[in-house]
Amino acid sequence: MKKYVVEDKLNSEFLVHRSVFTEQQILELEKKEIFSKCWLYIGHESEIPKNGDFVRRKVGGRNLLFTRGSDGAVRALYNSCTHRGALVCRENKGNTKVFRCFYHAWSFTNKGELVGMPGKDGFSETFNCNGSKNLKEVTRLESYREFVFVNFDNNAISLEDYLGNAKEYLDLVADQSELGMEVLLDPQEYSVRANWKLLSENSVDSYHGMPTHKTYFEIVATRGGELSKGDLQGVGLDLGNGHAVVEYTAPWGRPVGRWIPAWGEEGQKEIDEITCKLENKFGKERAERITKKNRNLLIFPNLVINDIMAITIRTFYPIEPGYMEVTGYALAAKGENEEFRRRRNDNFLEFIGPGGFATPDDNEALELCQEGFLNNQEVEWNDISKGMIREQPLSNDEEQMRGFWRKYNEVISNSSSKNLQEEQVKG
Amino acid sequence: MNITRQAIEDFLYMEAELLDEWKLEEWATLFSSKGSYLIPPIGNPNADSAKSLYLVNDDRARLEQRALRLLKKEAHVEYPHSSTLRNYNNVRIVDQNENSISVKCNFTTYRSKRADLDSFIGVLEYKLVIENEELKIEEKKVVLKLESLRPQGKVSLIL
Repeated sequence: MKKYVVEDKLNSEFLVHRSVFTEQQILELEKKEIFSKCWLYIGHESEIPKNGDFVRRKVGGRNLLFTRGSDGAVRALYNSCTHRGALVCRENKGNTKVFRCFYHAWSFTNKGELVGMPGKDGFSETFNCNGSKNLKEVTRLESYREFVFVNFDNNAISLEDYLGNAKEYLDLVADQSELGMEVLLDPQEYSVRANWKLLSENSVDSYHGMPTHKTYFEIVATRGGELSKGDLQGVGLDLGNGHAVVEYTAPWGRPVGRWIPAWGEEGQKEIDEITCKLENKFGKERAERITKKNRNLLIFPNLVINDIMAITIRTFYPIEPGYMEVTGYALAAKGENEEFRRRRNDNFLEFIGPGGFATPDDNEALELCQEGFLNNQEVEWNDISKGMIREQPLSNDEEQMRGFWRKYNEVISNSSSKNLQEEQVKG
Repeated sequence: MNITRQAIEDFLYMEAELLDEWKLEEWATLFSSKGSYLIPPIGNPNADSAKSLYLVNDDRARLEQRALRLLKKEAHVEYPHSSTLRNYNNVRIVDQNENSISVKCNFTTYRSKRADLDSFIGVLEYKLVIENEELKIEEKKVVLKLESLRPQGKVSLIL
């Protein structure tokens, strides 16, 4: 059995074989074992608030429609006509009663039922009596605190069991507003010329923060968010099931709710009010954790929720071993006032996204790793050992990434050895 | 404001040249004291920045920080600086009043780094004013005519 991940506890060394970032064969295994079997994020319920709302989403390589039908139910429909295959919807989002394939004009309700086709007299009377010509629906769709996931494996465990210890961190995000949370319009769609797993790592990697994002911290300092001794302190955790988190303090302002001088007295008043409300609802300790701590959460394999100077939701999928497509969303508290929202969005754009002061540098780091992997034949292993010597690894250690790789190893190594055995039997 | 299209074109070409030569401090001085630099979401150029996720929404202070950051060695994505080339075409005056003038032009900006050549295309919308007897940019809005930032992946340069 080929080993892709080596954990040597005795010598506190953790290695990942670099072929996992470059081999087409590995990507094929990932498509089968990860992107067809894990729970994958499709969207937030706030994106489709009204009956008939839909957004077009690519999830696990599939073309889906994330819809709220006229019955109010949230569904994921395969965006492919049951007649000859064409997409039935080409708009990225909207509200509709009917999806109509332009090729032969078959029409489906927003619940997926086939309701119209020209030349009906050419089909048998029992045509579609069993519903087999309705738009196919992803059987497994479950949601937790308005975060909606799909799974293409009908035998998968429930979403809640899958999320396990990660639920606690989703709660800390979802609890930030009494009115609930909402995703802003117009997600950022970009890409990185690097393997997708590098972004899973990077999103929960505090170790790279200072060297990679020095210029960002310099800008935060000009707003009164100067780095002090107590900043960037915290823990890194393997949450099990491949999920990972870092939870830590930081110098930047948080909309909910850590004040910085640039926000002025008015800002301070608002932050105090928010904190007070949270204290009344959840007690002082939990309110303190919600407002003052930052969290970078990775839900295996490819959902990142970073609750930092703003909140971003991010998913990403491999197109090739060395190229991924990324979608970034902003999550905000519903009903917050205009000035508050402006501060939140300024915070977001300053750090996050393809036009921010930090994300492009992450993008560059990942692309340079991918370039470095051209040397894989001679330089074979990545080192992810930092913090193994500590009983409780710190947020700028690498324990949380080891959590991702432990699960990855379980999935991929088992599958590749199974495939190998099958080949040997056939051979 | 009485100004010819010729004079505006000269001003825009000068801006493009400063950016291509990475003279970014000088670029920032082209903006008025209330100047802003915006890249609205792709496909939604008039989006409300409170409801939609912009790509860039810089006020005067932040656009200067953007310029200064990109001159640092630690702005890793642009170290060493990529080679860029900006072509501005179809310059047209769309509105003119006593105090300001609105101008649009089409743009094609190329960025090359390592083995990749990326292109950015769209329409630049300027609001120009006179401040201290000099022509200044009050607002520069970059309307990208792309489907997404794929495969470009980022807007690390100033468009």
